[in-house]
Amino acid sequence: MTMNAVGRLTAPVPTEAHDVATFTGNRGLAIEEPLLFEVGRPDVSGVDFDDVDDVMPRLGGQVRMAPLDLPGLSEPETMRHYVRLSRQNYAIDLGLYPLGSCTMKHNPRLNEAMARLPGFADVHPLQPLSTVAGAVDLVAELGRWLLELTGMASVAMSPKAGAHGEMCGMAAIKAALADRGEARDVVLVPESAHGTNPATAAQLGFRVVAVPARPDGTVDPEEVRKRLTPEVAAIMLTNPNTCGLFERDIVGIAEAVHAAGAYFYADGANFNAIVGKVRPGDLGVDAMHINLHKTFSTPHGGGGPGAGPVVLSERLAPYAPVPFVRFDAEGAAEFVETRKIAGELGAKPFGRITAFHGQMGMFVRALAYMLSHGADGLRQASEDAVLAANYVKARLADVMTVAFPDRPAMHEVLFDDRFLADTGVTTLDFAKAMIDEGYHPMTMYFPLVVHGALLIEPTESESKASLDQFVDTLRHLAERAKSGDADAFRAAPRLAPRRRVDETLAARQPKLVQPV
Amino acid sequence: MRYLPLSDADRADMLAAIGAASIDDLFADLPADKRLSALPNLPLHMSEPAVARRLGALAAKNTPAGAVPFFVGAGAYKHHVPATVDHLIQRSEFLTSYTPYQPEIAQGTLQVLFEFQTQVARLTGMEVANASMYDGSTALAEAVLMAHRITRRDKAVLSGGVHPHYRGVVETVTRLSGHQVESLPPDVAGTEDILSRIDDTTSCVVVQSPSFYGQLYDLKPIADKAHAVGALLIASFTEVVSLGLIEPPGAQGADIVVGEGQSLGNPLSFGGPYVGLFATRQKYVRQMPGRLCGETVDADGRRAFVLTLSAREQHIRREKATSNICTNAGLCALAFSIHLTLLGGAGLTKLARINHANAVKLADRLAAVPGVELLNASFFNEFALRLAKDAAAVVETLAGRGILAGVPASRLEPGRPELDNVLVVASTEVNTDDDRAAFAGALREALA
Repeated sequence: MTMNAVGRLTAPVPTEAHDVATFTGNRGLAIEEPLLFEVGRPDVSGVDFDDVDDVMPRLGGQVRMAPLDLPGLSEPETMRHYVRLSRQNYAIDLGLYPLGSCTMKHNPRLNEAMARLPGFADVHPLQPLSTVAGAVDLVAELGRWLLELTGMASVAMSPKAGAHGEMCGMAAIKAALADRGEARDVVLVPESAHGTNPATAAQLGFRVVAVPARPDGTVDPEEVRKRLTPEVAAIMLTNPNTCGLFERDIVGIAEAVHAAGAYFYADGANFNAIVGKVRPGDLGVDAMHINLHKTFSTPHGGGGPGAGPVVLSERLAPYAPVPFVRFDAEGAAEFVETRKIAGELGAKPFGRITAFHGQMGMFVRALAYMLSHGADGLRQASEDAVLAANYVKARLADVMTVAFPDRPAMHEVLFDDRFLADTGVTTLDFAKAMIDEGYHPMTMYFPLVVHGALLIEPTESESKASLDQFVDTLRHLAERAKSGDADAFRAAPRLAPRRRVDETLAARQPKLVQPV
Repeated sequence: MRYLPLSDADRADMLAAIGAASIDDLFADLPADKRLSALPNLPLHMSEPAVARRLGALAAKNTPAGAVPFFVGAGAYKHHVPATVDHLIQRSEFLTSYTPYQPEIAQGTLQVLFEFQTQVARLTGMEVANASMYDGSTALAEAVLMAHRITRRDKAVLSGGVHPHYRGVVETVTRLSGHQVESLPPDVAGTEDILSRIDDTTSCVVVQSPSFYGQLYDLKPIADKAHAVGALLIASFTEVVSLGLIEPPGAQGADIVVGEGQSLGNPLSFGGPYVGLFATRQKYVRQMPGRLCGETVDADGRRAFVLTLSAREQHIRREKATSNICTNAGLCALAFSIHLTLLGGAGLTKLARINHANAVKLADRLAAVPGVELLNASFFNEFALRLAKDAAAVVETLAGRGILAGVPASRLEPGRPELDNVLVVASTEVNTDDDRAAFAGALREALA
């Protein structure tokens, strides 16, 4: 039987593959989208309102006279504008996102649903406390989990992000020193630290003294001891560090720091490697921020919002900023919102670092993550993250150069660019070539302690098949680089929504807004 | 465990490939005497419905704003957010992407930031804006530090109309960084004399309009006085919808404008996450904190966007950075931008007009209640009342009757007897005539 022999062909006719220029600039499903200011019109609105009678204004003569040149879009146009833009982004939900130190793990959607319950999303921070008992309980319960997981005495929940948490923790240290009548003004920061560490210390008026790494990538306790003068207020140490290594001398360092009358601030950015395996409080830490958006999987959202609660040791607990949760004799949680009331309770808060109580929406998500994993799942997640990083390390060690091969990696593994020597391919070129293969690049040129750093954090969210494909891809790229294909690497990416951009132009003639 | 893809067989294969006998080998650098074998005080994993039950029970103990006549403001506002906004911000490519450090595969986020910056600049009447801050209060503290850098002076003068939490943050941050701040006492009536506090040691004057008590300030004379002595005017706001109806700070001479953007696109969420807005003059752009997105071209000459001027930032400058800030409020900025795109200028003006009309109607209605005095000559959608009784007690009484009546000033400014009877009341487009009638009736009984 033959049917419609002249109809639609069901298989493609072989044609020559070539780069097609299109009339629209669109390429199939990749649709270009103009700026809002090019498609919107000032009189268009995608929102309808109830009718309301006008009144005599009481604006005290402050009526807007300046033009309000904000274009609007109807609802369907709005939907297309943002859906088209979204499709120009890479995302965890699309593929492995190996950004070292950033912890791009799966973001469970249950957490999104929980954060949107009206009892959490639609409550005001200054409603009468009698109408938000469940919200206070949630903050308190998350705090209890954080204390249990870190072995610390107290937690300040209000910091809005990791760097904000650093400021909070270092301010508590500053307040504790002032209370002791000491004006120590030096903070020790290892060379491998995140840039936020020295920036935070400097913002609080501390002088930063760098501590070099020893050849195996960790901090040398002797180098710390040498610098522990009476001026030293604190050390800021990331553990596991940004080379992906556990600072195995941490207990000795903490003891030396304490013996010198200083405090130990831990950058908790990499806490996800050790949750349930060891508690920072047992290692001698005095303060540590916890990036809920890394370790406890609240979404990164294209650059925030984060959340950075800070756990504090017994010695620093009295200096936690307002607001904080306390428990009354019956164990009920309540907020202490002002320094005046805190003072009446015997606390000495260093102040306030944000309006209201902190990132509630992130608290709900983080607690949903913790409850879902439980004690067993949290430990398993840490183990799987470390296992994945070591697997990547083992499978790439012969074609790429592991920066510090002698110690086990923790949740991330650091490579340097020795494997690219004499190839003409740089770390940047290598990373950009990954884009054409469908991967987000790893963290590049950080930490600063090795040349051409490539820092890979696969996380526990990847299946073995996903890890294998990733490793096979990197092996292929490394071999291609070594086989003398530098021009192709320099031209990468070719298949992304944009090719490499001119950053020099952007900085030399900054155009930060669209002119009217 | 539903979030962990590896099977035990996978784990064994991977350990073999690594050459490790057990997972413990990989944790060998952890001090042996500190290692945990379990977390005995925490529960084991839970199913999705079990977690939902647990958290649902906590949520059910709270009274959502949408369930009652609701008049609470004081820095966070209940507005209707179009359903489109929450749908779009949950797109995987927005929700689960990182900071756009790889511009080739992050143009979606980058174009949104460029559009956001433009919207904020136009709304505030300024020349440039950044890609957002944590919230309004931290944006204000950063603005004060920026003014110190620009003027090379270190004393800020804060109006008594600035939100008490914002003042607390500025006082904390300036003290920690070794600067000075002069805070005027609470300015309930909007009549303070701030001009006489400005002199040639002042780095910046900070004025919030509408103020914490809802008063609108004429910024022009304050800007003129500040500029005459080489100081900057920082204008702050907590209700961004007001800019649909009132003269923007940029048109009144402000040098830096900061504010809270929560009202557009973002739920109340018990105080966060919100989105800080930060705008200034072009000439100060290199002193700005936070991320900036700029326009450029790619290798094929096509328009592209990229994070720029990062020589100000901590990951490049370390201890010499303008701020330690490392993130913005990306997804909240996206929600803000989508909501403002849906509104457009015309829609925002209309929304602002409705807010103002509802507040005027409410103020007149409440002022007619015996024992209530309206303290504002001017206001947008929020105002202060002096009650014949303690405001905190009245708020509790009304909450017991299912009406959330506002914020007693004493909650944020304890120990000031002159504020004990002051109630700050907000009204937005969500309030109805029935809400107002219920509030006025209950207040009448509470004060009787």
